[in-house]
Order: sequence, then C-alpha cells, then structure tokens
Amino acid sequence: MNQGEVLLSGQNITQRWGGLVALDKVSVEIERGELHAVIGTNGAGKSTLINILSGELKPTEGQVTLLDQDVTHWSQPRRARNGLGRSYQRNTIFPDFSVFENCRLAAQAQVQRPWVWWNNSQKCQLSSTNARNGIRLAGLEAFSDQVAGPLSHGQKRQLEVAMCLATNPQVLLLDEPLAGMGAEETERMLALLGQLKAGHGILLVEHDMDAVFRIADRITVMVNGSVIASDTPDNIRTNPAVQTAYLGDH
Amino acid sequence: MGIDKGKAVFVGLIFLALALYPLVGDSYGIGLINKVMIYAILALSLELLVGSTGLICFGQAAFFGIGAYAAVLLSPEDAAASIWLLLPACVLAAALYALFVGALSLRTKGVYFIMVTLAFAQMAYYVVHDTALGGGSDGIYLYYVPGMDTWLDLGKPLILYFFTLLFLVWTFVFLAILLRSHLGRALAGIRINEQRMLASGFTTYPYKLAAFVTSGGIAGLAGFLFVVQDGFVNPEMLSWHLSGSLLMMIILGGLGHLRGALIGAFAFVFLQEFFKSTAIFGDFAKHWHLGLGLTIILSVAILPKGLIGLPEWVQMRLFGYRNPRQVERADAREDRHS
Amino acid sequence: MDFSIFLIQLLNALQYGLLLYLVAMGLTLIFGIMGIINLAHGSFYMIGAYMAYALAPLAGGNFFITLVFGLVLAVILGYLLEWAFFSFLYEREHLQQVLMTYGLILVFEEIRSLLVGDDVHGVPIPALLSGSIPLGDVMTYPVYRLFVSGVCLLLALGLYFVFTRTRLGMMIRAGSVNREMVQSLGIDIQFLYRVVFAAGVALAVLAGMIAAPISSVYPGMGNQILIICFVVVVIGGIGSIRGAFFAALLIGLVDTFGKVWLPEASGVLVYVLMALILLWKPSGLFKAGG
Repeated sequence: MNQGEVLLSGQNITQRWGGLVALDKVSVEIERGELHAVIGTNGAGKSTLINILSGELKPTEGQVTLLDQDVTHWSQPRRARNGLGRSYQRNTIFPDFSVFENCRLAAQAQVQRPWVWWNNSQKCQLSSTNARNGIRLAGLEAFSDQVAGPLSHGQKRQLEVAMCLATNPQVLLLDEPLAGMGAEETERMLALLGQLKAGHGILLVEHDMDAVFRIADRITVMVNGSVIASDTPDNIRTNPAVQTAYLGDH
Repeated sequence: MGIDKGKAVFVGLIFLALALYPLVGDSYGIGLINKVMIYAILALSLELLVGSTGLICFGQAAFFGIGAYAAVLLSPEDAAASIWLLLPACVLAAALYALFVGALSLRTKGVYFIMVTLAFAQMAYYVVHDTALGGGSDGIYLYYVPGMDTWLDLGKPLILYFFTLLFLVWTFVFLAILLRSHLGRALAGIRINEQRMLASGFTTYPYKLAAFVTSGGIAGLAGFLFVVQDGFVNPEMLSWHLSGSLLMMIILGGLGHLRGALIGAFAFVFLQEFFKSTAIFGDFAKHWHLGLGLTIILSVAILPKGLIGLPEWVQMRLFGYRNPRQVERADAREDRHS
Repeated sequence: MDFSIFLIQLLNALQYGLLLYLVAMGLTLIFGIMGIINLAHGSFYMIGAYMAYALAPLAGGNFFITLVFGLVLAVILGYLLEWAFFSFLYEREHLQQVLMTYGLILVFEEIRSLLVGDDVHGVPIPALLSGSIPLGDVMTYPVYRLFVSGVCLLLALGLYFVFTRTRLGMMIRAGSVNREMVQSLGIDIQFLYRVVFAAGVALAVLAGMIAAPISSVYPGMGNQILIICFVVVVIGGIGSIRGAFFAALLIGLVDTFGKVWLPEASGVLVYVLMALILLWKPSGLFKAGG
C-alpha cells in the first residue's frame, strides 16, 4: 500500500440549485494514510460536498475520481462497492439487528445477488469474515452479539463506522462522527480514527474544532460554497483569511 | 435469527389444525376454510412487500385477478386443462404484470408508490371490465375444473382442500426461507434504512423488484386456486376493496411476521362473516360494511401491532408490565424515529 | 372530425379536467400541508353529489340555495371530521392512514346507503342554466357545462391568489414546509389545519354538487374519482398546485378524446399516460410547492 497515493478526489465541483450556488469550483483530495478534515460554518456546503463525493448528488459541474477512475456518473452503491464507505450525521444502523448482523448485512453488499432466495444468509463466509473484521477494527468485539438499538450513543457511532469498514473501503467519508458524544466517547473515537488512517484515506466533516486540530493531517476550510484554505492544522491556525472568515467568529 | 422454536410450534399447530379440520367440518365449513386459505396465501404475498420490504402496495388484487383470469382464458373451452401447464402459466401471467407495475412504481417513493400501485390495479380492472377479453362485469365461467390426468380430481372439495393447504404450507415455508436468505436480509435492510443500504453498496432497485415480482407471482397462484374452487372470475376480484382488505388482514394479524398474515386472513374473514350474519344482525346485515369499516378504524387505532401484539397489549393494560426484551425493542424503534 | 364536434369535445374535456382539479386540489392540500394521505377524499365528492340530490327538496328545488346549504354543511363536516378523526392521524405512518381512511370510506358509503339508499338518481339542471348556445350551424353546447367550467376556473384562480398573495396562503405554505417554524411564529397550527381541511372538504363537496346534474348520482362515484385524482397528483407532482392543474386538464383531454377515438380502451388510457410519465419523470411534471 502506497501511503500518500490519492484515493479520492473532486475537481472543480460546482453545485447550483436554481440561481443559488451551493458549491463553487471546489477541489479536494484524500490520500491514503491521511486524515483530511473539512470545516466550515453551517451552510458552507460541507454536506453537499460529501453527498457529491459519495454519489448521492450529481454535481452540476466537475469531476469525481475514485482510485484513478472517473466515477462522476456512477451511482452511490456502485462507488460503495468500489471502495468508498460513508457514515451519516444521524445513525443509520439497523436497531433491531445484532451488532454482528448490522455489519454482516453491510458486508453482504459485496455480493450483489438479488435473485438468490434459498441460501441461509447466516452461513455466508465472505460477509461474516468481513463483518468480524469491521467489528474488530472498530473495537466492538465485546458487543458483537448484542442488539444494536439499546447500545449507548457512542457505541452506535462506532457501529456506524464498523458498518462502513465491513464493506472493505479504501476511503471513508465520515459525517460528524463525534456529534453528541461525551468526552470519553470522543477520545475512543479519535483513537479509532487514528488507527484507521494507516490503511485508509479519511475525509472528516466535523464541528468539534479541538478534536479536528488535534488529529487532522490536513484541514480544508469552506465558506459560502468555496474553499478559502487547505493546509496543515498549524498553518490553518495562523492563516489570516481563515481567522477573519471563520475562527474570528467565536 | 435462528428459528424460534415457539413460533415454529405455533405455526405447525395452525397447519395441523387445518389438516384435521375436515374430520369435523361440514361441506360449507370446508368451502369457507378453503377460501380463507386462499386469502392467507394472498396475504402472505402482500406481507412480503409491506411487512418485509416496507413497500405499501395497494394493488395486490390485480395480480390475484390476473392469475385467475389467466386460468379461465387459457383453459380450453371443451376440456379440462392440465394444471402442469395452467398453474405455471397463471403464476407467470401475474408475475409479468407485477414486473411491469413494479418496474414503474418502484421509481417512486412513499405515498406516490401507494397511489401508483392502486392506479395500475385499476387499469387492470378496466381492462377486464371494459374489453372483450374479460367478458365484462359479469365475468367468465370455467366449465371444466383443471386437473392432473385422472388421479387428482380438484372438482372434489376435499381433494381441493388439501391441495390448497399444501400450497399454503409451501408458500409459508418458501417465504420463511426467502426471508433468511441474502435477498430477504437485504429486503429487511431496505425496509429499515434504505439510505444505509445504498451507502453500503446495495443497488436496491433490483431487490425491491425481485420482491415485487415474487409477490405478484404468489398472488397469481392464489388466483388460480380461487378459480379452481369457484369456477368463475369477475372484475370484482381485481377491485381495490380486495386490495384494502388484504392490507387490513396483514395489519390485523401483525405486520412484519409471516404468521401475522396467516392469523390476519382468518381473523378478517371471520370478522366479515360475523358482520354479514343475518342471524345476528337481521336485516341490518346488508350494511355489513359499516361494522367492518368501524372495526378497521378501531383496530388500527388501538392495536397497531395486530393480534400478535395482543398478549403484550393486555399485559401492559392489566399489569403495566413490559418484559425487558420488548422494552429493548421499543427503545430501538424510538431510536429509529429520533 | 368536424370542427364544431371537436370544439364540443374540447369544452367537455376542459370541464372534466377542471372538475378533477377541484377534487385533486383538496387532496393535494391535505397531503401537502397536513401530511395525510386521505383515501376518503373521494367520499366527499360522493357526499356532495348526494347532497345536491337530497337537499334539493329542502331548498324548494332551487339549485343555488342547495349549493349554499351544501357548502355550509361541508365546512362544518370538514371541521368536525378534522377534530374528531383526522387530527389523530398526523403522527401515524402512511399505512395506518391509508387503512383508517379506507375504513372511513366504508362507513361513509353505508351511511349514505342508510340515509338515501343505493339507487341511481338524476339531478335536474337548474332552469336558469338549462339552455344551450349554438356552436357552428347545427351543434349546440349546454350552458350548464360552461357554468361548471366557469365556477371551477374562478375557484382555481381564487385559490391561486390566496396562496400567492395573502397572509393565510403564506402561513399555509410555510406550514407545509416547517411545522415548528410556523408554531414558533405564534400561529395556531391546529386552527390552520382545521381551516385547510374544511376547505379541502368543501372543494370536493362543491365539485360533487355541481357535477351531479351532468353525471347523475350513484354509489361508488367517489372511489372512481379518487383513483383518477391519484393519477392527477402522480402526474402533476405531489404537493404541486400548478402541477395538479395541468395534470387535471391533461387527463380531461386524454379521457374525453380517448372516448371518441378509442372507445374500447378509454378506461385504460389515463393509466397508460401515467405509466409514460413515470417512465419519463418519476416524480411528476412539477416540483412540490409550485
């Protein structure tokens, strides 16, 4: 695995809603081994960007490249099967299923066979192995057999990441994984992200500034649909444009 | 996810009771139960869509009716058809229409989907009602009961009874296996959170279409059985009243459980017979829709989990007690909405 | 086709389409604003038609007094129904709404059967509007149908005005987008819903009443129009008032000319149209709120 290899990139992405410009020629790159955080005020276009990268939205203009392939016109599921995992701001877990079954079902997406009605899904080797792998990486082994609904909020966020990992992604798009977490839960999640970045490229959209500046390798700052700076945390901290536009607001 | 012993025993007992019923039932009763079993097959087909996949189809009667019309139209006029050919043909005809309706309606979501399935069912209704093909509002009679050479005479009520029961058991087992499979688990995932399924890499459309076509095919099977029993078809078989009744059956029994569809079909038909009974209501029995309508409203309002949820409901009311497993589930549900 | 016959069919198509629009409009309003899919909406149309028949003797046979009577009753009915029944449906899932309103249809039909029976009735065209105007050399067109089109058109314009230009319209549009926001502005959302619902009922009842002299009055007439209205809403785009308008006219045209040119397939044509639209634009011709 080449550290530093560009896994996912968006070039000159523009999104217009009628006359409103939500994104204006935004470019981002996510490299393997890198934790790339995107910050910005509400309405800066972070969610739109992540939705375009993941394939939920088709950009008005611009190109998305995943592992050297132009995927601009690929559907979200197709991108997901080719190495792109994403988590949502709100939990998208299956509350009635066990932790294991949550991950197994996610992993099952690698085998697209809607006509197979006779096999017992529980005996599927591939999806079980990948599910266990995701659970282990996310540090949820102890809860594998528990029903997901009653888990704590932090554990559900971990499960959300575990479900991404179960699909064997190269790139992770994480939408506010720390939202609503307590201090201890945040620490655990940050440790998890730190481990994961060794083998993956991670794009993180997050509001918790302390956390972002502690763990990110690169920070991209967005204001009103444009990127105003993209640099290391130290340089971002001292960037005057960022200070006036964003950090100065506090 | 393993098979729950209690549930398996419960369902086994229902089938056993059905198998033993002819020992005590008269010919009216056998005919009635036969009819209910056909409705149970239909309700199971709808449960696959509504309960398992979360697709609210308000046009299930169309697939039932198309299976039935196919049975009559494809039978020769002067001889009995072989069921080896006729039965698959009916299932295929219904499944093909389901493919057409599903392919289009699944492009829409939510309330749209309900409206579109209803409208397409109405389209099938007009086709059999208005065109020369369907014989108008009087329908068509089938003069020769289809059979299998000479040894399976479906004209005999008792033989037909066990034939129907066999298909009911088959449908139940088929769906139970299906729901455990890759397809079934994906459908469950789509019902609970389609967004997550898409993000995991599932192209969900073919899964939903597979469920839709399978469901339509099973409804066609029920249509075939109906024709064999009654010997005629008419456009009312495709009416939206039947589609509504079927939805009511599965929610009355308990949505999300195959055995709910089974219980619901029986409960609904008996409810209907009750309101229709002149012995109880006298002349007022001709207004049986009134009682039925009120019961539908009340049971959905009070008992949204259906008869399966009844023990839990009674427990709650009488003792204010919830067992821990149910509490977990309830929390899980709340989480889904929050 | 002779031009004057064509013109007559065109006017008929327009009249049918506008009538559909009135009913579909109420359906759209109630769904768009209150989030309720109301299968019993067709029943209001049926109730309206039966009111035109049953209230006439009370009004001394005067159609217009019957109309006013009926509208007042419709608003009261709508207001009471919202309070006693529909307000319990807001937080429920679509499936439950569908079944409960389906149950309501059965109840309405039986109440209708108990009160006025199951017979088909005719309603006379009011004397004032019973004439015809000449079209071309030999053809004539009934004034009453023009009256129906006129009333519908006026209502359509009036509604459009209410929606785009008045405070009530603004509240309604805001309420359909964001409930909490409207509540935080100090608007009584409960009252707003009741007004909207009563208005929706009144539209359907009015449509049924003015349609009665043309179509006659028969059991099950509500269900038929309900399903056609679903087609209108699907084609127009859910929650879109403009979409419902154009879709209703389109269906009026397809249905009317279908009956002339393809009588055998006329019942099916509107559904074929819906299928084609779904292939082309699965979410309907217009966006919500437009």
